[in-house]
This record gives sequence, structure tokens and C-alpha cells, in this order.
Amino acid sequence: MTLQPNDRVADTPESGIRKFFELAEERDDVISLGVGEPDFSAPWAARTAAIHSLEAGKTSYTANRGKLELRREIADHVEQWGHQYDPDSEILVTTGASEAVDLALRTFVDPGDRVAVHQPTYISYKPGVRFAGGEPLPVPTGADNDFVLTPEALREAGAADADALILCYPNNPTGAVMDAEEIAAVAEFCVDNEIDVIADEIYAALTYDGEHTSIATMPNMRERTVVINGFSKAYAMTGLRLGYAMGPPDAIEAMNRVHQYTMLSAPTTAQYAAIEALRSCEESVDEMATAFNRRRRFVLSRFEEMGLDCFTAKGAFYAFPACGGDDEAFAENLLEQEGVAVVPGSVFGPGGAGHLRISYATGMRELKTAMNRIEVFVGDR
Amino acid sequence: MDEKQELLSLLSTDAREDVDDIARQLGTDPETVEGLLDELESEGTVRGYQAVIDWDNTDSQRVAAFVELNVELDRETGYKEIADRIAKFPAVESLRLVSGDYDFAIEVTGESMQAVSQFVSEQIAPIPEITQTVTHFIMETYKEAGIDFGDRDDDDRLSVSP
Ligand SMILES: Cc1ncc(COP(=O)(O)O)c(C=O)c1O
Repeated sequence: MTLQPNDRVADTPESGIRKFFELAEERDDVISLGVGEPDFSAPWAARTAAIHSLEAGKTSYTANRGKLELRREIADHVEQWGHQYDPDSEILVTTGASEAVDLALRTFVDPGDRVAVHQPTYISYKPGVRFAGGEPLPVPTGADNDFVLTPEALREAGAADADALILCYPNNPTGAVMDAEEIAAVAEFCVDNEIDVIADEIYAALTYDGEHTSIATMPNMRERTVVINGFSKAYAMTGLRLGYAMGPPDAIEAMNRVHQYTMLSAPTTAQYAAIEALRSCEESVDEMATAFNRRRRFVLSRFEEMGLDCFTAKGAFYAFPACGGDDEAFAENLLEQEGVAVVPGSVFGPGGAGHLRISYATGMRELKTAMNRIEVFVGDR
Repeated sequence: MDEKQELLSLLSTDAREDVDDIARQLGTDPETVEGLLDELESEGTVRGYQAVIDWDNTDSQRVAAFVELNVELDRETGYKEIADRIAKFPAVESLRLVSGDYDFAIEVTGESMQAVSQFVSEQIAPIPEITQTVTHFIMETYKEAGIDFGDRDDDDRLSVSP
């Protein structure tokens, strides 16, 4: 047979998100709480910078690692989380955080390497590990512990033998964050067991209770961590496809080798937008974060009122209530009966079963209506 | 931000929320919100709750103008005294003391251009301290109170995404 996908691709199922997308698309009265991107547009100043760059004819490749001007802005920007990275040698601008995750996996994973992935989490990691020839090692987290990853859970899952860990906090789909103490415990486990960490911190700027703590800032962790972030979430720039990776010079040099052969450089127009975003759009980010935070409190309090058990999500733009029972059936019936689309938790790994991912990246009006509909649905059960 | 500031910031984006929903969004209870609103109103911080209306979308013939006013003060009369007198006219929608070439910037509304002109020439210009008025009729409103009238709510995101 021609064009037969290799085993790794053939064995990777289509994402469970797809099914709900198709179901939701069948109707036009749906309020969607299933969207994994902000409902805002990119800040106007960033958009203008992109337009100006196009007008000025800036349509060629940039340096492989991204425009130095942008890397300098990134270096300044991440100081707020205690990071110190050299723009010349320790930062790589990528086509979305997605590319950065893929690069890290293809750069550091050897065939058969075990990569610990806490569950539930963002859907791309496990397939990414497999595409890179590694073996994903699921590590459960649960509502009983606010979906925080612990050394105990790592140990129990056999992660002491893992080669790497993908850490994603603030977390998609749960909205969980980890405080400094919890991060320190995981860091110690990684140092003791010589585990490298790929830290996807794309939601760092959307941390509502307390401060975001990066594992790379823990003792002896900088040299074994690649930090990944991007412009999709905090700057509402999903469609511009821009992210970045930060780490020790050798690691970034190695990732850049894959990047230079497979991507050449990240989108140029987006890089101009990002430079301006970092220079002048902090206020827009704060405004978005304030709006998200209000909606977060709103949905959490509505869930409490309707008796759906929901731990206090403190980051990103997701809440993760328990729906009691089969989450897929719940989500399907909710969509069918009340026209509200949500994503069943089990899509994000077995640990997500019995939960729903509720994205509150939706205007207050729709959010209110959606919550009322969910309340009716829950009441009728 | 303290609770009062948060409440103000929320009201300034949407004053139509009911107290229960405001409380949920601020992570507090309705009684606290009621209390804060009472306080904000009685201390004169919150002066009203109004809709932002695009009058051009209605059948109304409403005409509005910005009027620059120059004044000459004397020993007995300051800006405040003059402002108090001007503010009493219902046709005056807003009144501000500004820096620059003129002293007051006011917005006047009426049922026709003639009505507005007449109001300015018969009620405002004759005030003894006013030395000059310049009237700018508003031809088109693109943005008001932070709301861009050109922005439509078209959400083209995928309905469900990772
Ligand atoms: C945790 C996480 N990482 C990465 C991404 C992808 O980000 P980007 O748009 O920068 O590729 C997403 C998007 O949903 C995400 O939720």
C-alpha cells in the first residue's frame, strides 16, 4: 500500500476533542465552553506592529533563533518569574509553544526513553513523546490533591526511572497551579533521579492566586530544564503562532539544530507583533487577566451553587468540575439537551475521567446563560 | 486592588450586572456588594448607571455638539461659579475645565442643529464672563465610553479546541 503511515502515527488515535468539535458544529445555538484560546483579539498595538512590518516589506526569514530584538525583550519579560536567560545563547523563538515542545522532545528523547507525563494534561504531550520515539509514562494527579503533581505520585508511577518529565502548570485542562513548595518537592525528585524537565509555562501570566513559580528557578534545576512559553494565551495571539524555549546554551543550541533544519525560523510577522506586545501591551494583558479572573470566580461560585464539586482552579482559563459518572455521556447529553459544549475530562487522560473541562474564555453574557443551562441540566438528572 | 476599586472597575465595564453576579465575580457576597454600592453612591463616587447608546442607530433626531468656551474671570467669579451656572442647563451633557486654548469644553444636545445653536447663543454666550464660544457639531460617533462602535461581535474561533 502507498503512503502507509508509520506505526507510531498509525497507533496514535485522533484527539477526543475532534469528536466534540464535530458534534458542536452540527448545531448553531451552541454556547461553547470548549474553546482553548482567549476570546479577545491580540492587543491592537501588536497587530499594528505586524501590519507596519508588512507594509515595510519585512517578509523574509529571520535568524534561526528569532530576531535578537525579540529575544532581548523575552529575556526582560521573563525576569518577573525569576528567570535569567541570555538572549544570544539561551533563547529560541519557535512557531508556537507547540513547536518548542516538539523540538524539546525530538532533541532530548532517545528511542525507548521514558517520559513522565502527569495526567490529566494537555493533549499534545503523549503523541509528541511517541513521535519522538519515546514512551510516555502517565503519572496520575487527582482532585483530592487539587491536581498537583507530587513526588509520591511520581515514585508510585515508576517515574524514578524516567528520563524526562513534562510539567504543565498552570494546567490545561484543570486550571491547577503549583506553589513554590510543591514545585520544590518535584524539583528535588528530579534532581535526585536525574530527570530532565520540559516545563510548559504558557499560562504563567494567567495565574490568579499567588505567583507563578517556575521549576527552572529551583536549586540545580536550571541545567536540566527547558522552559517553554509563548504568546498564544497571555497575548491572545494563537493564530500568529509564536512561542519560545529557554534553557542552558548547549540545550538551546541542540534544539536550534532541529529547528534550523525543520522550521528555519518562526513567522516573521508574528515576531514583529511580539516585540511590540512585550514593549507596550502589559496593560492589555492585565485587562484580559482581570476579566478571566472575574469569570473564574463566577463559574466556581455557580458550580458550588448547583452542587457540582469543583476544586478551586487558580490559573489558565479553565475550571474542572467533577460531573459524577461518565464524563463523555454527560458532555454529549449536555450538548444535545441544553446546547452547551464542554470537553469531557477523559480526553486529557484517564485521570480526567469523571470531570469536565470548562473554558471560561467566553463573554460574561454567554457564560451566564451557559451556567444557567448547566444548572437546569444538572437539576434534571 | 481593594474591593471598592475592583467593584468600580467591574461597573465601568458593565453596570448592568445584578448584585448576585457582581458578588460571584468578585468572590464576595451580595450583602458586601450592596454595602459598597451604597457607600460609593452616598460618598458621590458612583454618580449614575447609564447605557452607552449609538443614537445614530435609532430614529432619534438628536444632535450633539462640542462647544469650546472662553471665559474671563474677575475677583468675585471663578471657574467653579461659572461652571455651576452652565451645568444647570439640562441640554449640557458634559462640562469640563481643560488646559490649552480655551477654558471649558462642553457637550450640548438638542433636537436639531438650530436648537443647539440657539441654546448656545441665547443661553450660554450671554453669560457675562463668557468671551467666546466655538461650536463643533458632531457628525459621526465612532467610539464612546471606551466602546468602539465599529467592533462587531464575530467570534470566528473553532467551537471546541485543545
Ligand atoms: C498547555 C499548552 N501548551 C501549549 C499549547 C499550544 O500553544 P501554541 O499556540 O503556542 O502552540 C496550548 C494550547 O492550547 C496549551 O494549552
